[in-house]
Amino acid sequence: MRIVYADSNATTRVAPEVMEEMLPYYGEFYGNPSSMHFFGGHVGRKIKDAREKVAASIGARPEEIIFTSCGTESNNTAIRAAIVSNPDKKQIVTTRVEHPAVKNLCEDLAKRGYPVTFLPVDRQGRLDLDTLDASLSENTAIVSIMWANNESGVLFPIEQIAQKVKSKGIVFHTDAVQAVGKIPVDVTAVDVDMLSISGHKLHAPKGVAALYVKRGTKYSPLLIGGHQESGRRGGTENAASIIGFGKACELAGAHLDEMATRVCGLRDKLESEIQCRIPDTIVNGGGAIRLPNTTSIGFQYVEGESILLMLDQFGICASSGSACTSGSLEPSHVLRAMGVPFTSAHGSIRFSLDRYSTEEEIDFILEKLPPIISRLRRISPFWKGNPEP
Amino acid sequence: MWEYTDKVKDHFLNPRNVGEIEDADGIGEVGSMACGDALKLTFKLDENERIVDAKFQTFGCASAIASSSALTEMIKGLSLEEASKITNDDIARHLGGLPKEKMHCSVMGREALEKAIAHYRGEAGKKVEGEIVCECFGVTDREIERMVKEKHLSGIAEVTDYLKAGGGCGKCHEKIQAILDSVSGERRPAIKKPSRMTNIQKIKLIEETLDREIKPELQKDAGDIELVDVDGDRVFVRLHGACATCAVSHVTLKHYVEAKLREFVLPDLIVEEVQQ
Repeated sequence: MRIVYADSNATTRVAPEVMEEMLPYYGEFYGNPSSMHFFGGHVGRKIKDAREKVAASIGARPEEIIFTSCGTESNNTAIRAAIVSNPDKKQIVTTRVEHPAVKNLCEDLAKRGYPVTFLPVDRQGRLDLDTLDASLSENTAIVSIMWANNESGVLFPIEQIAQKVKSKGIVFHTDAVQAVGKIPVDVTAVDVDMLSISGHKLHAPKGVAALYVKRGTKYSPLLIGGHQESGRRGGTENAASIIGFGKACELAGAHLDEMATRVCGLRDKLESEIQCRIPDTIVNGGGAIRLPNTTSIGFQYVEGESILLMLDQFGICASSGSACTSGSLEPSHVLRAMGVPFTSAHGSIRFSLDRYSTEEEIDFILEKLPPIISRLRRISPFWKGNPEP
Repeated sequence: MWEYTDKVKDHFLNPRNVGEIEDADGIGEVGSMACGDALKLTFKLDENERIVDAKFQTFGCASAIASSSALTEMIKGLSLEEASKITNDDIARHLGGLPKEKMHCSVMGREALEKAIAHYRGEAGKKVEGEIVCECFGVTDREIERMVKEKHLSGIAEVTDYLKAGGGCGKCHEKIQAILDSVSGERRPAIKKPSRMTNIQKIKLIEETLDREIKPELQKDAGDIELVDVDGDRVFVRLHGACATCAVSHVTLKHYVEAKLREFVLPDLIVEEVQQ
């Protein structure tokens, strides 16, 4: 069956150019980049190139990039580094809509005695900067606020947030896993101390990510071991993936314009056509500034897992904020924080595109989706309207 | 992604008996939009109180829709008396099993059926029995107690799988644990068995319990079980027939076979399946 992939915020395909770049490092060039011999040193040089490319994609210096295994590790490293290296400060400020890699870590730290402030968002998923201001204190060890939300695609005004946080001398980390590769991210323009990036969200393989740590930021490693990453992250490098990550960042930079124009156009078409063809739908965060590739749409009176499984019949891959898909019983914490009513939170579907998405795929989704919603609404005891779109 | 059986997928994609019977004799509504699943069951009886027609409307995931569809198929043609004996396990079995995290979907089916029968008999509208323990999903202490006893549940996660209780904010976990503790406290003194057993005695008692308590039940569903070995407290069994291919055989093994053996033989027994 053909696959119509519209779940790029979950993960992306490895770009063929990236694959090509990586393959020799699974085969003939298997040396350890730390070795003294030329054979390993060759791999070391390729990692150095990759570090330069990843750094360049966000305007950083190569020595400010630490390679990690995943976005979760980058986020954990950043937050723990800040609290370990600022032992006299305890408070953590974050938001209610962070990815579990930040949210669950902060909840865990809260249980261990670190006061955590979870900032609320409004109905459109926007942050109130005055509330942020009011929450900062002399006791604040770190502020960690995501750049782009993975579920709604809503962008936080990171430049303004960074200004506010840095003006008080507080460490600022941003989880930019969903932003890098989709919108321009430039650390020379935005004053962040630490920033997380993940490879598999931008057509590199799974299992490689990075943490940007601005020069001069107090740091403490999460993984203590060998001298790799200048002692900032022990463990033999995931060489092939790091090399692929470098290539992927380079390619992502070259496609940023396309994301802002063609991909954004496809998203807009998908979103507006769905609203035209299917009554009682709500775009979650539709009133906010968002990523160009993401739309989260609530279909009232039906449940998300059912929609996904019916889409799956046609090879259409999307994801949902519904409870049933995740194994938890409550709808997504992001949608609940936004105050999305239960009538549509359980039936919210996220479509997220990438540079491989085509207009034909969007048309295919638009053809298949309306009958699915009608069908499920006919089964639903809450649907009283005309089921035919 | 959930591992749904072909039967679940079939009932989900081709649901039977969707709709609402206009002049229904019994109406049962459970769940709510806030909870994430809801089911409205209606049925029509003939002059002999047999269910001649049943329809459902469901808001929920694939397994909720499939459970509802299966339920309507199962109760058609049954007398009220027969229908009232249908359990959530019967619904799950009809579907070839449900993932354990989705057992609450089959429970919802049974609850709707109970409500619809109560409605027909004029018992509907009676107030909720017991006290609400889980506020997120409106589950009472009586409901939890009943399920813990029926299914021999031993942990909060299992209670959540069957009733959703405890699956939201988590504030009620202590109360659920207290119910679990009190039920297991009740269960223990009732068990009468020799305080010390030789290995031979133990194996004999296991065999007797399998023959008397367990095999007849499994055979009802075209399954069977065979004792392979006993090593200390570990009981090795092999499943046959329908049980061998059943997607929820681990549930049967833990919640039924192990619970029975613990009840009638020794409280520390662990049942393990030996593959074919």
